[in-house]
Amino acid sequence: MSDEKKFAGYICTGCGIGERLDSSQLEMIATREGKMQSCKQHEMLCSSEGVQMIRDDISSEGASHIMIAACSRRAKVEAFNFPEVAMTRANLREGVIWVRPDAPEHQETTQEMADDYIRMACAELRSLKLPHASGEQSLNKTILVVGGGITGMTAALESAAAGYPVHIVEKQGALGGQAAGYAKAIPTRSPYKEPRDTGVAEMIAAIEASGLITVHLNSTVAKTAGAPGRFNVDIATESGAVSNETFGAIIQATGFKLYDPSNLQQYGYSSSPDIVTNAELEKLVKAAAGGPVKRPSDGKEVKAVAFVQNVGQSSSEEGQLSYHSGIGDLIAIKQAMYFKDQNSDCDTTILFNNLRTPGAAGEDFYRAGQEKMITFSKAQVSEVVPGDSLEVKFQDLILDEETSMQADLVVLDVGMMPNSGPDPYAVPIVIDEKAEAASETPRAPTVTVDSILNLDYRQGTDLPHLKNGFTDSHFICFPYETRRTGIYAAGPLRRPMDMRQAQDDAAGAAMKAIQAAENAGKGMAAHPRAGDLSFPSFRMDGCTQCKRCTVECPFGAINEDEKGYPLFNESRCRRCGTCMGACPVRVISFENYSVESVNQQIKNVEVPEEFDEKPRILVLACENDAYPALDQAGMNGVEINPWARVIPVRCLGSVSLSWITDSLNSGYDGIVLMGCAKGDDYQCHFVRGSAMAHERMDKVGDTLSSLNLEPERVVVYEVAITDIERAPKLINDMAETVEKIGLSPFKF
Amino acid sequence: MSDLNSAMTERYHNSFLKEVEANVEEGEWVKMCMQCGVCAGSCPLGNAWEHTPQKLFMMIRAGKREAVLSSDAMWMCTSCYNCIARCPRGLPITHIMHGLAHYAKRLGLVPKNQPTAQFSQIFWDNLMKKGRVNELKLGLAIYFKDGFGQGIKNALANKQLGQNMMKAKRMNAMEFFGGHSIKDTGGLQKMIKKAQEIEDAKIQGNS
Repeated sequence: MSDEKKFAGYICTGCGIGERLDSSQLEMIATREGKMQSCKQHEMLCSSEGVQMIRDDISSEGASHIMIAACSRRAKVEAFNFPEVAMTRANLREGVIWVRPDAPEHQETTQEMADDYIRMACAELRSLKLPHASGEQSLNKTILVVGGGITGMTAALESAAAGYPVHIVEKQGALGGQAAGYAKAIPTRSPYKEPRDTGVAEMIAAIEASGLITVHLNSTVAKTAGAPGRFNVDIATESGAVSNETFGAIIQATGFKLYDPSNLQQYGYSSSPDIVTNAELEKLVKAAAGGPVKRPSDGKEVKAVAFVQNVGQSSSEEGQLSYHSGIGDLIAIKQAMYFKDQNSDCDTTILFNNLRTPGAAGEDFYRAGQEKMITFSKAQVSEVVPGDSLEVKFQDLILDEETSMQADLVVLDVGMMPNSGPDPYAVPIVIDEKAEAASETPRAPTVTVDSILNLDYRQGTDLPHLKNGFTDSHFICFPYETRRTGIYAAGPLRRPMDMRQAQDDAAGAAMKAIQAAENAGKGMAAHPRAGDLSFPSFRMDGCTQCKRCTVECPFGAINEDEKGYPLFNESRCRRCGTCMGACPVRVISFENYSVESVNQQIKNVEVPEEFDEKPRILVLACENDAYPALDQAGMNGVEINPWARVIPVRCLGSVSLSWITDSLNSGYDGIVLMGCAKGDDYQCHFVRGSAMAHERMDKVGDTLSSLNLEPERVVVYEVAITDIERAPKLINDMAETVEKIGLSPFKF
Repeated sequence: MSDLNSAMTERYHNSFLKEVEANVEEGEWVKMCMQCGVCAGSCPLGNAWEHTPQKLFMMIRAGKREAVLSSDAMWMCTSCYNCIARCPRGLPITHIMHGLAHYAKRLGLVPKNQPTAQFSQIFWDNLMKKGRVNELKLGLAIYFKDGFGQGIKNALANKQLGQNMMKAKRMNAMEFFGGHSIKDTGGLQKMIKKAQEIEDAKIQGNS
């Protein structure tokens, strides 16, 4: 293909587009205003003939830029897949005819909408380039697994089973992690009645037998530099030796620590050796090797044991965990069974408040415990009094009375705390004083805080946290993703979980890590723009070294060089464009998405003169949730106001303030910005993009007042993909607002 | 009977739950209660009870032997079966209630003047005499259970009901003299006696 640009437009007249719209007028606009060198109509462009027509033009006519005016860019993506050319799509179906009523009195405004979408698509196309991979990528199939517990071992075995070499870095002198100290595990298979073997020994044997897995014991990660496909990791052993390895992707499986109940005086943990945590009991049981469990103080056989549940968890008290680990009650049932199976006359009492037995095994395992005559008492334990026989004082919540029981051994159900390393954003970059003051929720105790990954990133040494020290990822939509591309979190550092869940987690993270390594090898983005070849380029001569891009990148993709210029790492980038939206001097752009490409669309909408009384409303909709919601609205026949012109953006974080000021200056009457939910329960596919956009738009009021415009002309919303009725309503509301406050005075 | 009570106390000194499992009809279900309280909320007479089934089961597990067996709660059950129908764990709650009442009766721990217990005893004695329920004698026995004066008051209060039953031939004044009977009353009494012996032996064996 020659370097010469050749623009070709295609207008589909199928799906009712031809009947509802004047396609010859659209064709004329595409060629005259849109400067398409050719423009063809087809009655069903997505058919094999239609697609073949486009293909022929690309191969024989040398079309390098194509504009397809048909359905939404989210529809027929398999048919309209021409990776060899730059392409735009004008959304005439979901965006125009399906959201407008089919009546003669609406014909004029509907046609105007379609005309504008053709103008916008052509204008965008002229500012696009076909993206090419940067060439800096390299394929490295080796996966680094940090942590050799159940999660880490599973991740390693799963990766190796897929044919990828693995290195495990384990701090301790042996594999197995916490589970190595357990006598047995919660059952994972029907009938869920008996504790099962932990499987640790088998896993260690499988790892030793695998030719693809290298294990570094007594080792830590001293330094991690680079990016997906070329992570450069220093592995330090206890002896001081450091070896250097390169990896394609990293899985962090550093597990959890248990909450230390020493400071909770009422449970007397520090005052008697016979008051133990659930993990310590596992060791006692393991030491008993099938015989009766002896209590630590005097070696007496335990004949009565009390399990105190929910110790220091789901609490609003300072220094306790605000969340519940979820699996403590299943653990208590399992541990009570150790005693019952050994001696059915042993008194085992589980003092719970809210018994939680989640998962497939939960209810059946609870029943099995009841069948073995474990006593379950709904109780609030007030005190454990040390002594030869321990006295557990509690309020019986069913019988509503203060009472107590005697036990030889008391087991405290303490919660899991993530072992996730220090939070790089522990000191917030943007200090929101209002939010700080409003959130008086006590801080959970943090696990200390030696760095685990020692990332050589501008934005900190470890994975960012979301809440309570757990690593940041979206727990439903993209659970293993972290905010550091190519580094995946698995197991209890994401959330409290049991061994089976950790193993599922590990398998998922292994698949993601393999995908990341492979994509990095091709120069393609990882989730959510998987496969995207474009990447931001920086026009350094215009850069003012303000560092906003390096600070605001949610994924730590941009370092700084010694002069303070941005130093971009392509394969860490998710292609959200948050840097582009952040840059005050507009020097950051993608080949197929830039300040210019959107600005051209904004400028090419025909803004009617004031006396036409036809307002124009600019809608910048996030392509991940808001734009699909609007498409869905079209499919459901929900009406959208004819003054609206919708432009999809990669993320609200990529919105440049210049788009707002330019569109206001050129006579738009209202602007609606639609991004995903932000905050702790965010749905933003780029984690921080939507939040960044909201912060930036806080300041847009100043711009409006300097232009002497009403502040309600610009609104920012959080829109979910399910807001099929709401998203159109927000646009229609803006039309009403404009009607109320009048048209913009900036029409020429 | 109190001998049996002390024997049982001795035998199951620490675990009332085990005692209930061994001796109360359907008692082995008590441990499976998960304390959700649906039975307590479903009982149409629940608020008239001293203890709801949920509480009784918890008391059994907490070893409150005297409180459970001398409770009048299980005597108040009308066998509407709402609790059984709704129990998510499938416990035969109604049957357990009757089992507990029966066991309390056996141990002589029924609260004094518990009306349901009194009625049950009168009904049983009435039935055992002739193998048929003598409506007239049953009614009179109940009216006069709290003394002669109270009996007259009860009878007068229900005069109209009695007359209507006679008119409708549901009750016969001649029943006062003997009354109708099954063919072989002696045979029935023998059968019941044998059954009682078997059950006594079983309970004694457990004690």
